[in-house]
Amino acid sequence: MTLRELGLRRPADVVGVDGKGALAQRLLAMGFLPGTPVEIVHVAPFGDPITVELDGWRVSLRLSEAAALRVEPRNGSPK
Amino acid sequence: MSPEAPVLAAEPVPVAVVGNPNTGKSTLFNALTGATQQVGNYPGVTVERRQGTCRIEGGTTTLVDLPGTYSLAAVSRDERIVVDVLAGRLEGEPRLRAVVVVIDAANLRRNLFLASQIGELGLPMVLALNMSDEARQKEVRIDLEAFARRVGVPVVPTVATRGEGLDELRRAIGRALREPGSFAPVPWPEPLRRALDALPGELSPAERSRALFDLEPAAPLPPELGEAADRARRSLEEAGFDPVSAEAVHRYRHIDTLLDGVVTRAKPEAARRPYAVDRFLTHRFWGLLVFCLLMFLVFSSIYWLAKPLMDGIDGLFGALGVEVGSWLEGRPMVQDMVVKGVIEGVRSVVIFLPQILILFFFIAVLEDTGYMARAAFLMDKVFGWTGLNGKSFVPMLSSFACAVPAILSTRTIEDPKARLSTILVAPLMSCSARLPVYILLIGAFIEPRFGALWAGATLFAMHLLGLVVAVPIAFLINRFLLKLRTIPFLLEMPPYRRPTARNVLRRMYLSGREFVMRAGTVIFAFSILIWALTYFPRPEGLAAWVAKDNPAEGEELERQVRTAYLEQSLMGRFGKTVQPVFAPAGFDWKMTVGVLAAFPAREVIVSTLGILYAVEEDDEEGLRDRLKVARRADGSPAYTPAVALAVMVFFAFCMQCGSTVAVTAREAGWKWASFAFAYMTGLAWAAAVVVYQAGRAV
Repeated sequence: MTLRELGLRRPADVVGVDGKGALAQRLLAMGFLPGTPVEIVHVAPFGDPITVELDGWRVSLRLSEAAALRVEPRNGSPK
Repeated sequence: MSPEAPVLAAEPVPVAVVGNPNTGKSTLFNALTGATQQVGNYPGVTVERRQGTCRIEGGTTTLVDLPGTYSLAAVSRDERIVVDVLAGRLEGEPRLRAVVVVIDAANLRRNLFLASQIGELGLPMVLALNMSDEARQKEVRIDLEAFARRVGVPVVPTVATRGEGLDELRRAIGRALREPGSFAPVPWPEPLRRALDALPGELSPAERSRALFDLEPAAPLPPELGEAADRARRSLEEAGFDPVSAEAVHRYRHIDTLLDGVVTRAKPEAARRPYAVDRFLTHRFWGLLVFCLLMFLVFSSIYWLAKPLMDGIDGLFGALGVEVGSWLEGRPMVQDMVVKGVIEGVRSVVIFLPQILILFFFIAVLEDTGYMARAAFLMDKVFGWTGLNGKSFVPMLSSFACAVPAILSTRTIEDPKARLSTILVAPLMSCSARLPVYILLIGAFIEPRFGALWAGATLFAMHLLGLVVAVPIAFLINRFLLKLRTIPFLLEMPPYRRPTARNVLRRMYLSGREFVMRAGTVIFAFSILIWALTYFPRPEGLAAWVAKDNPAEGEELERQVRTAYLEQSLMGRFGKTVQPVFAPAGFDWKMTVGVLAAFPAREVIVSTLGILYAVEEDDEEGLRDRLKVARRADGSPAYTPAVALAVMVFFAFCMQCGSTVAVTAREAGWKWASFAFAYMTGLAWAAAVVVYQAGRAV
């Protein structure tokens, strides 16, 4: 699944970044590496963008960009 | 000693300050350089160039503040500036002798990614671990000595907002220049190392990394190098490495080994604490409510709080004009030039300061607290589809008060494309200088005939007009005109921080000073030029000719002489010449002259019409009455509600504001300023024609 479909407050791990362009490399440079825990902490009032927590900091990205991140939800139900 | 050896001579040594966004880099730069800083633009891009002098141990440096970035992999031309300056490739830029990398101490791991890339440039380097107080609060513990030994360059903890650690930093820069260390290089796995080494030519490790790893470079590589990089990437893939992620994976792996055992990471609960209010401030109901209230506060402050200050400035300069004018009695030309050219020119610059200072007070507070990022987050969906982004909101809103501070405030927008399009559409918002024109014409032609309700509705419609048109225009400009690459919208949400009075005041002072020095000179020049066009020539005997067989005398006669002079002036003749262009919009020659003479500032049209209709200055009621009874040569009324609406619509869209032109040129260059002027004037003309023709048909 991609980060776009993950849903609010559901811990997950990054599996990989799709695409070969600047967006993919920017995401990787910011630390969205395979194995990194991520969690959507806020969704903007109009449903887009979202704010993601990773590695103790937070970044907001548009859903179109979140679709480039493949994630695997952690075991267990959403908290 | 080799000629390359870093000797600290009398010449200041160029040193760059770089870092991720939200590391307090600019605050640190401001604290180090103080009032010595100069602001300019890099040629051809809308990137601000700040430099200043900083005393260090044993000499001085010229510090250059580079835009915040997460990586040297440049996506946009603007981002590329960082790389070009660091590599010493940008024409007119000095070769750097050292780099200060500013690092958010609470976010060491992510920040060291850029530091490690910069390390490959081979320049002497100092790491400033800024906001080390925040790191302590988040319970991040750093063994500084061990860490510095591992990275191989001096490491200085700082708290720029309180001025802590600055002296140590100055000493460390001096030390780095004398005994340059080198940042611990990434131990690339063998296939990667081979691929990097395979690139041809005399390249620094940084240039090799960029050529190999940047899959979408902002500027194309030289063909030979590009082909070699493609070959190297293919060989990597054959060896089982993914060229997209190879750099990030191995650089971060290296960083983790550098940090292992010398830094204890923030506990998750401690790291989350500074974000607690976001539950409320980014909430879909409460968050929007707070946002609306805050924006209302910002807008009403620039609109209403600035008003008495601006009136005060007007009064002061008015009194100054009268006083200085009385000294020059008997030399009418000099008197007119000094009072209406020079003093008026200075006034038209100073008048913007209250709004600029108030807006930049709010911008400094909104940015320093971290709220600006939340505002952008909340509003992104509303603007994103047009190519503007969430950060365009504050400039667009401010533009309803005045486009000048609004355009200056677009510097908060990092995406160059969004920034440029915001600059180009912000002047469409109906600013406070358009108000006198609306009030004059609505008062004369709408209210008496259609009543107060329609008068109010017209005024409201005029304000809505710009906003309604700006959105599709922004979309069109972005879609068809701007050949800039959009940078991904990846916006860091910094933890909430307390703004410091020192930093806020400094931002206000610097923005005001820069406006006066940069845009102010152009605004002043426009003012003098328009004065000269409305003053010259002064045909001899004109006054006598007006007085001859004229029943009017005294003040009435004086007013008629003034009207005759303006009609005879270059501006008057020019207005008559171009009037046919405005005829389809229903403008007569007097209105045309009024529109043209209003170029330094829109509200000037009221006083110009006052002269043309021979009423006393500031006698708006008199002017209203004259407009109502004014006739054309054929005896038909010069103004009808249709003409009044056409004039108002023209003013709503046109860029008859020299100050806005000057500030646009300052921020985006003369090319874009001319474009903005041309498209707005064209739009204004077309809309005025449509309104007049439709109004006549009804």
